[in-house]
Amino acid sequence: MYTFFTQTNSGQVLLILGQCLLVLIPLLLALAMLMYADRKIWAAVQMRRGPNVVGPWGVLQSFADFLKYIVKEIVVPAGADKPVYFIAPMLSFVLPVIAWSVIPFNEGWVLSEINVAILFVFAVSSLEVYGVIMGGWASNSKYPFLGSLRSAAQMISYEVSLGLIIIGIIISTGSMNFGAIVEAQRGAGILSWYWVAHFPMLFLFFVSALAETNRPPFDLPEAESELVAGYQVEYSSTPFLLFMIGELMTVVLMCALVSLLFLGGWLSPIPGLPDGVLWMVLKMMICFFVFAMVKAITPRYRYDQLMRIGWKVFLPLSLGWVVLVSFLAKFEVFGSMWARYTIGG
Amino acid sequence: MTVMVFTFYLFAVTTLLGGLMTVLSRNPVHSVLWLILAFLSSAGLFVTLGAEFVAMLLIIVYVGAVAVLFLFVVMMLDVDFAALKAEMSKYLPIGLLIGIVILMQLAVAFGAWGYSPGIDERLAAPWAVGENTGLLGLLIYDRYFILFQLAGLILLVAMIGAIVLTLRHRVDVKRQNVIAQMHRDPKLAMELKDVKPGQGL
Repeated sequence: MYTFFTQTNSGQVLLILGQCLLVLIPLLLALAMLMYADRKIWAAVQMRRGPNVVGPWGVLQSFADFLKYIVKEIVVPAGADKPVYFIAPMLSFVLPVIAWSVIPFNEGWVLSEINVAILFVFAVSSLEVYGVIMGGWASNSKYPFLGSLRSAAQMISYEVSLGLIIIGIIISTGSMNFGAIVEAQRGAGILSWYWVAHFPMLFLFFVSALAETNRPPFDLPEAESELVAGYQVEYSSTPFLLFMIGELMTVVLMCALVSLLFLGGWLSPIPGLPDGVLWMVLKMMICFFVFAMVKAITPRYRYDQLMRIGWKVFLPLSLGWVVLVSFLAKFEVFGSMWARYTIGG
Repeated sequence: MTVMVFTFYLFAVTTLLGGLMTVLSRNPVHSVLWLILAFLSSAGLFVTLGAEFVAMLLIIVYVGAVAVLFLFVVMMLDVDFAALKAEMSKYLPIGLLIGIVILMQLAVAFGAWGYSPGIDERLAAPWAVGENTGLLGLLIYDRYFILFQLAGLILLVAMIGAIVLTLRHRVDVKRQNVIAQMHRDPKLAMELKDVKPGQGL
């Protein structure tokens, strides 16, 4: 049995497939619950009840929504470019899923342990813009097209500052492997995580993640109250569902990134307590709660303000931080605060 | 057929297919999408070579940034590409000539191609020191530091040139003055009145 899974080709393929399902199925179930949590938090802030009909306290609402979406009719606009029209939602669902293949949940609990893991996530998230552009263009309609242009410009702008913030982390760690990045944050519990050493960048990363995932207050691509739903206007049924799940999956991915890069991943906050997957999940849930709260309590930005913050505030700040961290790491200010070359270097 | 060989042929075939369809497809947006497929599969080829850093960079820079700009431009252009394609026969001889010249140059280059002695041992030897990102960093930032900086400087000059050429200050548009907007005083802009119920102003 053991030799079948480790020695033969088909056994290895089955093993990898099983591992993928082991990540994917809990992830999708968690997404359903997170979608429900998102709506409940939003409702609580606005003193509404939120979903409370399907199942006890409405916990099955997401599954009811799922059923509703998949049994609806798929409407394709007459002038739509059919292949591209259907590839777009698949792309925006599949790409965030691909990125999860390198996200570790515990020491060694990762589908593929690659050296350039963080670059891989960044590369995949830079591809996500194609789902938006293709969807808007292939609908062959003016609203989706304008919406997709706006959205694409926004996603590209904030990727730059995300990348620069990540470079600061890489300089501090001396590796691009998530395991190494988390290991570098080991030490005096919560105080040795990167949120201390890279303090301002935690907020910049979080805000950039909001903009990158088109979440409020930067949800200009959708802006459902004033602009119709941007690039998704012409989509219905399952393709629309794929867009929505893809977006939520990216949000959860960003939560995982914040936990891994700044909040010590699976390390426990208090020295002495055991590390483990539960800490990672807890940190991701806290991040998601903050995401949901931001959605509930902030008004939407104007488009020119959004672009101004991205290019004129975040980009110079994060670029300056990279230069600063390089100096701090090179001259080892405060010992190994910014230069934690536990692996490699 | 081992997994490595299979992956190589998969990516090689998709690269060629992407390149071919870029030229052949009638819709310019489709062309760009095929081009992106070609980029992605050549990144896959880099991974099979063991150059994962270059592969990721190829995706981030070319697919994530350059091709998005291509796509923007192609979508915005109001050019009748069918009419352009119709004139293709006029330019076909020149295109063929250029193609043949490049082919001959490649033939000359590869005909004179030789490996330095001992290449087989070096190819077979595993990366002894560090991962290839680190090794690339050592080469770029230590040994070829000046060349790398010069390349960056050239790009910077090109960028400044492009900005200078296209920058113009229009006086007939209204602009948002962010500083002024942020320093508006609510006391000066509005007046608050405490209105008794049922009385009105």
